[in-house]
Amino acid sequence: MNKSPSLRAYAIAYLIFLYAPIALLPLFAFNDSKVIAFPLQGFTTNWFAEMWADQQLFNAFGNSLTIAVSASILSTTLGIFAARASTRYTFPGKAGILGLIMLPMVLPEMIVSMALLVVLMAIGVPLSLFTIILGHVLICTPFAVAILTSAFQSLDRSLEEAAYDLGETPASTFRLIILPLVMPGIISSLLICFTISLDEFIISYFLGGNQTVLSVYIFGQFRFPAKVPAVMALGFVLVCLSICLLTIAEYFRRRGIARSGGKDTGGFL
Amino acid sequence: MKSGSSPGRFGNPEATNGLLMVSPTAIYATLLLAAPLVAVVVYSLMVDSKVGLSSGLTFANYIEVWTGRIYQAIMMRSLTVASLVTAITVLLAYPVAYFVSFHVRPERKSLWLFLITIPFWTSYLIRVFLWKVILGYNGVINSGLLSLGIIDEPLTVINYSVGSMVATLAHAYAPFAILPIFVSLEKIDRSFLEAGQDLGESKLMTFWRVTLPLSMPGVIAAVLIVFIPTIGDYVTPDLIGGGKIPMIANMIEGKMLKQNDKAVGAAIAVTAMLIVSVVSIVFLLLNKRFLRGQK
Repeated sequence: MNKSPSLRAYAIAYLIFLYAPIALLPLFAFNDSKVIAFPLQGFTTNWFAEMWADQQLFNAFGNSLTIAVSASILSTTLGIFAARASTRYTFPGKAGILGLIMLPMVLPEMIVSMALLVVLMAIGVPLSLFTIILGHVLICTPFAVAILTSAFQSLDRSLEEAAYDLGETPASTFRLIILPLVMPGIISSLLICFTISLDEFIISYFLGGNQTVLSVYIFGQFRFPAKVPAVMALGFVLVCLSICLLTIAEYFRRRGIARSGGKDTGGFL
Repeated sequence: MKSGSSPGRFGNPEATNGLLMVSPTAIYATLLLAAPLVAVVVYSLMVDSKVGLSSGLTFANYIEVWTGRIYQAIMMRSLTVASLVTAITVLLAYPVAYFVSFHVRPERKSLWLFLITIPFWTSYLIRVFLWKVILGYNGVINSGLLSLGIIDEPLTVINYSVGSMVATLAHAYAPFAILPIFVSLEKIDRSFLEAGQDLGESKLMTFWRVTLPLSMPGVIAAVLIVFIPTIGDYVTPDLIGGGKIPMIANMIEGKMLKQNDKAVGAAIAVTAMLIVSVVSIVFLLLNKRFLRGQK
């Protein structure tokens, strides 16, 4: 393919546009001023100290971790069932059932959370971390299914049949042959669901009752102009954290593709 | 659903095993998604008063929502914002997807895609808030331009407007648009392009008559992937619009929780779902026409 300098310049400009707002985070997280404005006022780590001293933040972060760990494990488990069923079997109503499972991907989150809220209130379930987990599993599962379907698709059916021929039961075949082969997919699904759940706001905001999670805490802080620099510091920490998680997820995804001998087509989605 | 396991109706074990395998996920989705959505539809047909929901079914809520001036205005605004964001995002994203697919060496493609997806996985709230910081009255742009001496007083056109909401959302959903277009461009058989040029078409005409039509399914997927979450966005109107420029999601929240009128809130939610479905169906039909046109 021939080089096209103008297209290349445009693509790089686009990447800069994507990253420019995020680049402001470290700039103002270390800026020694209560006001987020130019010119910069010198270097400080006070905002990180202020963030670190906030007990509410740690409570919210603990809640978010509980939810993200539970939601990622549950939705990956549900994702394994659906992905295995969709890649290995044909059954009546397959398209409809899978369509329902994937529906939250194309439904505005506000509608998902309001529908759940209406039902939970009608049957009298108190709002808590548990109800947030219920909602998060619902919106994480489609992503888990999408990632795991591609992992299961690259499985060679003959490996499984060889195991049966050698006298393994379906259960032991799954444990000994299939699970290790799709493990990279499972890990990348866990990490993606974890990231989605940690970042999710609408469901956490409406289904949490008086329990605060990280995203709801951050949203609350926006109301106080004095807290903004500390939020910038927190945002910087979160961005670094999610880049680490994504790098690990990407590493496992590529290893999974290399292991099953496929070609890298790139991207999570 | 479980009745599929009776051997009389579904003789083949494959169907039974498949249904059994999918059942945990299917049951979860039925209980926590299908049932609540049905409940919303039922709520939307009732009347919410101080004594509780009435038992009779009525279309009164829909008539109120579809003819009320405020509702219409907010829905039109949501549609306008979502359409603008979608158009801008997809138009800006296409050249990038084209560049990565056609001009980047194969071993570097995943790196490019990785770089494009990272901003999408960083906190959505913080990304939206950053735009408030950038566009605000005392924000980055205003203070930057002031300190450089380019302007004498802060620009007010850039804060709390529909335009700044569009900019914020277009930035937030940019990676969503690139990926599907990229995937459809990757699928194009490169020999078609050579054939086009061998037959005497210019590069531009080859793009117009071969590449663009073949990548249309990706463009349409991108349109839907951007349009659907944008029209239901809650955070941006609240933060960037300062709560003064509500969209559908804010209206649903206002009715359901603040005014505690679940019936009307449910009717708005159903209407929003209808709008999303109509737009989706229109674009999916367009997609079908494109696919048929190719053959």
